[in-house]
Amino acid sequence: MALAEDNKERHPRVPLPQWLKTTLLTLGSISVTLLGLLFVTFIIGRVMPIDPVLAIVGERASQETYDAVYLQLGLDKPLLVQFLYYLWDVLHLDFGTSLLNARPVSEDIARVFPATMELATLGIIFGVVLGVPLGVLAAVNKGSWIDQFARVLALVGYSMPIFWMGLMGLLVFYGILGWVGGPGRVGIFYMDVVPPVTGMILIDAALDRNWEVFKDAFSHIILPASLLGYYSLAYISRMTRSFMLEQLSAEYITTARVKGMSEWNVVWKHAFKNIRVQLITVIALSYAGLLEGSVLTEIIFSWPGIGSYITTALLSADMNAVLGGTVVVGLIFILLNIFSDLLYKVFDPRAK
Amino acid sequence: MSQTQTLRAWLLTDTPTSRRHAKLSAIYQGWLSFRSNTMAMIGLGILVLLVLVAAAAPILAPHDPFAQDLGNRLAPLWSDSHVFGTDSLGRDILSRLIYGARITLYIVGLVALIAPILGLLVGTVSGYVGGWVDVVLMRITDIFLAFPRLVLALAFVAALGAGIENAVLAISLTAWPPYARIARAETLTIRSSDYISAIQLQGAGALRIITKHIWPLCISSLIVRVTLDMAGIILAAAGLGFLGLGAQPPSPEWGAMISEGRRFILDHWWVATVPGLAIFTVSLAFNLLGDGLRDVLDPKAGE
Repeated sequence: MALAEDNKERHPRVPLPQWLKTTLLTLGSISVTLLGLLFVTFIIGRVMPIDPVLAIVGERASQETYDAVYLQLGLDKPLLVQFLYYLWDVLHLDFGTSLLNARPVSEDIARVFPATMELATLGIIFGVVLGVPLGVLAAVNKGSWIDQFARVLALVGYSMPIFWMGLMGLLVFYGILGWVGGPGRVGIFYMDVVPPVTGMILIDAALDRNWEVFKDAFSHIILPASLLGYYSLAYISRMTRSFMLEQLSAEYITTARVKGMSEWNVVWKHAFKNIRVQLITVIALSYAGLLEGSVLTEIIFSWPGIGSYITTALLSADMNAVLGGTVVVGLIFILLNIFSDLLYKVFDPRAK
Repeated sequence: MSQTQTLRAWLLTDTPTSRRHAKLSAIYQGWLSFRSNTMAMIGLGILVLLVLVAAAAPILAPHDPFAQDLGNRLAPLWSDSHVFGTDSLGRDILSRLIYGARITLYIVGLVALIAPILGLLVGTVSGYVGGWVDVVLMRITDIFLAFPRLVLALAFVAALGAGIENAVLAISLTAWPPYARIARAETLTIRSSDYISAIQLQGAGALRIITKHIWPLCISSLIVRVTLDMAGIILAAAGLGFLGLGAQPPSPEWGAMISEGRRFILDHWWVATVPGLAIFTVSLAFNLLGDGLRDVLDPKAGE
């Protein structure tokens, strides 16, 4: 007691510097959100109409076995304690074992996740490369045919069911025209040819210098990736347009024009430079959205990613797999959101 | 004719004679500016047509949507008495589409009721009461916002079991947070205004202030948001139906119809194509209508 007081006198309370305070607050709010996410999935797992004990021991197990597993799973403990157990497991990346193939769910997710990431990354590349210039052009030529075109493109993107568009794409480009590979990641002859290093088949094939596999994989990924790319294009081009319009009506743009600066420099060196941070935020958000959009796309294209994994697990009542997949997708979603928030705060002085 | 002229003049007057008169006049002027928006009118027209089709389904449908005719499976487009052909069990696709309009409206209607009301409740309470109630409610809202919607809906459906009602519940549970955010923001600006202090001085309680004075002012921004969200709701419901987690067979839900037709996509493309076009048309109509409504009700939000 005396020691503590002594300590206090020797170290008078220094007010925390502002940056530390903000960092602590941000970290606090992140951990609350993460805890909430885990709590929601935990509760979903509890109210599922599936007996977790029966799922493990099977219907013909004796009462003793049943009780033993019941105790082993900690189901006799209060809900809060069970949640803490769950938290402990998740922190150790332990999502339990899949009921379908008796393998750890975390291993399964690590195996399927690169496929989703490959798809979503290529999709976002399409979306950015086409969407940003389209948005800028639409803003510069407001009201022109290109603006109308961008508007219609985005409107159709917002209104089209993604799984239906995938089907139509398969029908036209694979079934009728034969321009692209069919469902799946590679043709059957190229399965497991290249050693899996990253799990992303395009990169693996390139590392292995196996260009034949690369070509085949590319012909398979191009359709689902451009589909996802179209959806992010719709969003990115609209946002780019409205950011650019805001900049172009600012006074410094008028000044630059009055000084006789070329239109190209006004648009790209002045206006565009000022929307970069906002744009990166939008891109991070739509990347997170693509992870979600990939659920239905993966089903259509038999793409062995996390979306297919969750839905297959769901249809076969494999609860651990469903919850594990949901937590992982939710975590990535949150992290991308936080990342875009932080980016905004760090790089945009006005956000303070 | 002269009577319509005077009605028009009465509605457009600058000096309304009563509160009701002023309200009607405001609505009429809003309608006039909405009517000049061709795209929004097209959207409205499609939706009115959808409601009429759904209401008159038994009269319009040429066949029983559940009647199977295994001798006439997968009949092509325009084949006799089956305009859109038949599906894998020989059921008339057009009739199933017409009855499916009812399911779509049912799902959209319920979600459009549940989610905004839930959001309105959470948002206004959070904004009006403030303090730790606000902190807790907004944290919960953030947690729900942090989930990807479709994945969360999938997990909810997994917990509740497949079916239309559960799909509605799952979509509503993922759709309410943005409404709560909007309602809270509106409440915060309204709460500090003078007329709220005036009613407080007259002795009105929190319940009365929230229901009578804050809710009516939140409604218009919520309506805009709901209309813009409808397209998303339709797509989410169709997605769940497609995955086999929404409406169950033999229900003629559009998403489920696509899922059924998916197996024959390369040889019998129309089975999956036609319901997809229906979904696209309706969600496009909601997007057009939402854009138009936003311009009328909430001019600030437009570009």
